[in-house]
Amino acid sequence: MNTQHNMEERLWEYIDGTAAPAERQVIEELLQTQSEWKEKYGELLEMNTMLHSTELDAPSLRFTKNVMEEITRIHIAPATKTYINNKIIWGISTFFITMIVAFVVYGFSQMEWNTSANSTFSDQLEKIDIAKFFNNTLINVFMMINVVLGLILFDFYLGNKRKQFRKEA
Amino acid sequence: MSAGQNDNELISKVLHGDHQAYAGLVHRYQNYVFTLTLRLVKNREEAEEVAQDVFIKAYKYLADFRGDAKFSTWLYTIVNNTCISFLRKKKLNIQSLDDERIFATADNQDAGFRADGVEQKSRHAMVAEAISQLKPDDSAIITLFYKNEQSLEEIAQILGLEVNTAKVRLHRARTRLKELMETHFAHEVKDLN
Repeated sequence: MNTQHNMEERLWEYIDGTAAPAERQVIEELLQTQSEWKEKYGELLEMNTMLHSTELDAPSLRFTKNVMEEITRIHIAPATKTYINNKIIWGISTFFITMIVAFVVYGFSQMEWNTSANSTFSDQLEKIDIAKFFNNTLINVFMMINVVLGLILFDFYLGNKRKQFRKEA
Repeated sequence: MSAGQNDNELISKVLHGDHQAYAGLVHRYQNYVFTLTLRLVKNREEAEEVAQDVFIKAYKYLADFRGDAKFSTWLYTIVNNTCISFLRKKKLNIQSLDDERIFATADNQDAGFRADGVEQKSRHAMVAEAISQLKPDDSAIITLFYKNEQSLEEIAQILGLEVNTAKVRLHRARTRLKELMETHFAHEVKDLN
């Protein structure tokens, strides 16, 4: 069964023209010498011809007319690349990367690097004063920056929508 | 009207405001798109509705066609996505590759065809009937390869697969079609030989 399956697979590749030149040569030799291969090839070739000869189905005669009537009511949307503003994406990425770097730098600056020799890295990490970092003022500033950035992005979005609407009008 | 113009020329005309040029593209591809939607949706009325939706979507997003692939490949990608969305909406069960229920369905359909006196059907009709009895993804890949003249690379792009996966799927689809024809159309196959 497996050999049969393998034979069919190789023959289909040969018929489709996707077999490598060396493989084509091997198959051609097999077709000349092995009757089993020749018989299967005839069978698959027949099926290939039948598949190529099937006809396409046709929709109703009014099809093109229906589509053309529908498209008179719509406008072609601008290409995606014209309304995806790379500056916004870069702005968001820069903000988050800056925040992550700031947190890491702050965390490391809280470590006491010149302590006793038996103090491990995990001990050092535990010494980071997180409560000091997450005081109310800092969180408020962070939230405010986020809100301002959110408003700027929302303004960009509305601006693009306005432009698009004007273009369509 | 559009006979002498290639796809890119027609697209350029449409994008420059001549929306009537789109009729040329619709006319050129309507049978290909309809055949493919019919293979996936399996119902003529619904297939026509979906095919119409495909051309409307293609028109709306025509500016996104960059021309780095054939227009037909881009269009069939829309066909595939639209059909999947349609079938999901209808909550139709898209059967998995290992699902054997299709053969049970084929049994019933075969009995129906015989009762209708379809034994004398032509070779074309028999193959088309067998293809329509395959599950949607099998019949779609066969249609794309044999009727819509897409290469394995293009089929992989349309269906969002690796080229090798597309190759394996095509091989499996052909094997299933052959089994289906041997099992359910044995008489017709003999008569034709």
